[in-house]
Amino acid sequence: MTTATATLENRNRRTMIMAFAGALAMLGLGFAAVPLYDLFCRVTGFGGTTQVATQAEADAAAALASGEAYSIRFDANTARGMPWTFKPVQVTDVVTVGERDMAFYTARNNSAVPVTGTATFNVEPEAAGRYFSKIQCFCFTEQTLQPGEEIRMPVLYYVDPAALDDPDMQGVEQITLSYTFHRAPEQPETQ
Amino acid sequence: MATTAEGFDTHNGDHAHHDADHKPGFFARWFMSTNHKDIGTLYLIFAIVAGIVGGAISGGMRLELAEPGVQWLGTFVGWLGGDPLSFDQQGHMWNVLITAHGLIMVFFMVMPAMIGGFGNWFVPLMIGAPDMAFPRMNNISFWLTVAGFCSLLFSMFVPGGIGMGAGVGWTVYAPLSTSGSVGPATDFAIFSLHLAGAGSILGATNFITTIFNMRAPGMTLHKMPLFVWSVLVTAFLLLLALPVLAAAITMLLTDRNFGTTFFDAAGGGDPILYQHLFWFFGHPEVYIMILPGFGMISQIVATFSRKPVFGYLGMAYAMVAIGVVGFIVWAHHMYTVGLSVNTKMYFTAATMVIAVPTGIKIFSWIATMWGGSITFKSPMVWAMGFIFLFTVGGVTGVVLANGGVDDNLHDTYYVVAHFHYVLSMGAVFSMFAGWYYWFPKMSGRWHSEFLAHLHFWVFFIGVNVVFFPMHFLGVQGMARRYPDFTAAFAHWNWVASVGYVIVLASVAIFFINMIYAFVAGRRAEDNYWGEGATTLEWSLSSPPPYHQFETLPVIEDHHSADDHISSKSATA
Repeated sequence: MTTATATLENRNRRTMIMAFAGALAMLGLGFAAVPLYDLFCRVTGFGGTTQVATQAEADAAAALASGEAYSIRFDANTARGMPWTFKPVQVTDVVTVGERDMAFYTARNNSAVPVTGTATFNVEPEAAGRYFSKIQCFCFTEQTLQPGEEIRMPVLYYVDPAALDDPDMQGVEQITLSYTFHRAPEQPETQ
Repeated sequence: MATTAEGFDTHNGDHAHHDADHKPGFFARWFMSTNHKDIGTLYLIFAIVAGIVGGAISGGMRLELAEPGVQWLGTFVGWLGGDPLSFDQQGHMWNVLITAHGLIMVFFMVMPAMIGGFGNWFVPLMIGAPDMAFPRMNNISFWLTVAGFCSLLFSMFVPGGIGMGAGVGWTVYAPLSTSGSVGPATDFAIFSLHLAGAGSILGATNFITTIFNMRAPGMTLHKMPLFVWSVLVTAFLLLLALPVLAAAITMLLTDRNFGTTFFDAAGGGDPILYQHLFWFFGHPEVYIMILPGFGMISQIVATFSRKPVFGYLGMAYAMVAIGVVGFIVWAHHMYTVGLSVNTKMYFTAATMVIAVPTGIKIFSWIATMWGGSITFKSPMVWAMGFIFLFTVGGVTGVVLANGGVDDNLHDTYYVVAHFHYVLSMGAVFSMFAGWYYWFPKMSGRWHSEFLAHLHFWVFFIGVNVVFFPMHFLGVQGMARRYPDFTAAFAHWNWVASVGYVIVLASVAIFFINMIYAFVAGRRAEDNYWGEGATTLEWSLSSPPPYHQFETLPVIEDHHSADDHISSKSATA
């Protein structure tokens, strides 16, 4: 009986440890979801996440340019509490698939103190996220504007010719590129 | 097997002091309890107390919703020491009420009653074990849950931004729960989830260990009662889902207090990620709340049909299938966040797949009754009420599973009607069925069957009057989570509020019945439901001895999953 009890205790302890290990693994996965979700969005273009491309990739895409074109619409927003005026220089543009295009936005700091902003971005329709590649973008880094300062900010991008082969992109004629400027965290409030 | 139980009774009589029924003193017994039956009782009492608080809060909500306009919230704001005339504080008060109602009913009423209460009481009894595998951990689980409840109640009396209390919804979505709720109330609410979650994870570990290692000799997994199967699947869901919630709400806490930006777009985070994490927990959570009910209904329907449950293996593995598929359907709660059409197609299809194992269960319960020798005792009428009302809730669930339809119905009262049909009718009917099934076993005294039937009918009418009109309101476009509504919705809201009063009357009948049982209830026999009750708890006295199965019962080869008691001659 004593040995039987001892073995049951050992078995119970082993089962408990395995169960706790499972719970710990799920806890770890919960936190790991943060980088994994980010990676997932960047790889798949989920939610209209745009791609980042090198010059070489852009050249390769340009070689496949077929002459078909998309209309690109430019959208600009500011988050609540962001004292900037932010707008696109051109509202729409027509770009040949595969060829790179430069678009400009302007931002003006209306407050009396320097403000650092960071921009979030996506495209609509979401299926276009995988094919909308940026070579250069003001959204890659934080932007600091002095009081009253106004700047022009470039985006260098192209639409990957692979978009033409994607059934989800059939019938898409216009892609909207949208930015929202947020106040970068950890700076003193202004107003 | 029957010999063991008789052996116990003899044993009891012979040794008055060191027998199986020797109990510790009051404080040691109830505050330092390690006995699974006592802890089960504590959980049930706790769940009833929490149910009264959560039910009273819903009473405040139905009072406010009885007529268009905001009449009562200001009064409630005044009770918490705020400015009764502030429109913002009134609105915040509404958010506090829906938050407290949801969290209390989910974490402190249904889960403690189903898993902590009935699970603790009857899993060891049904598998022939002397107690849970880790009795002291069992005690910690319970008191962590109590501490969590206290933390949640406390949150209502500290500042939560606009007014007192955490007004963030039971989902605690960012950014409302982060930058939208300044003040400690939301921290206390989140902390209460941590405590209750930790308690549930410990409890789940305990159940898994107990069920895997401590079954009576001869009781294979495929001979376990379906209630034990249901608790086993539930324990796995808890173990795998709750840590994800813990991770998500821990990130909420650091976003709130330590400057991280997990869910803040300004710092590179994504509030939608919180919703994914929450519902990765939240969808299994709804099965956590209903699966033990499924198990109880299976026991009860078989008992009162005097037939083995139809398709035992199908019933067991349907629960496993529901548990597994329950982990891959979460985004149907977030169809409107901007998911792509393909994503919505997947989640629509996966969600509808769950209707298949659920349908197997409904079918098998009906097939169990078919041709059975049915007696309409109170647990059976509650069980049949469960089957009917849960099916209604399941059908509206299939409607809502459609991503396209949900675009229209999302966050309307149609959704409120749906989840109350499966929870406040499905889960609650199964709990009352289990209660009347086992109450004489647990207490040793009979409730009044007449009052139990009366309770059923009044409750059945009441909840339907409350929640059926919400389907109409939802389809007509009434949004949930608002204290006010246009006059066009006044009629059915008034009806629903009248229904609440009917429910309140039925709850009074329940408590009168309980007082009756303890004051004048006659003693319950060992197996008071007769030959249909075939699991091991019916081989013990009512109430069972304080320590049972010191000599383990043996499940013989001739015993099946539907019969753990009979001697060989009886079956032959």
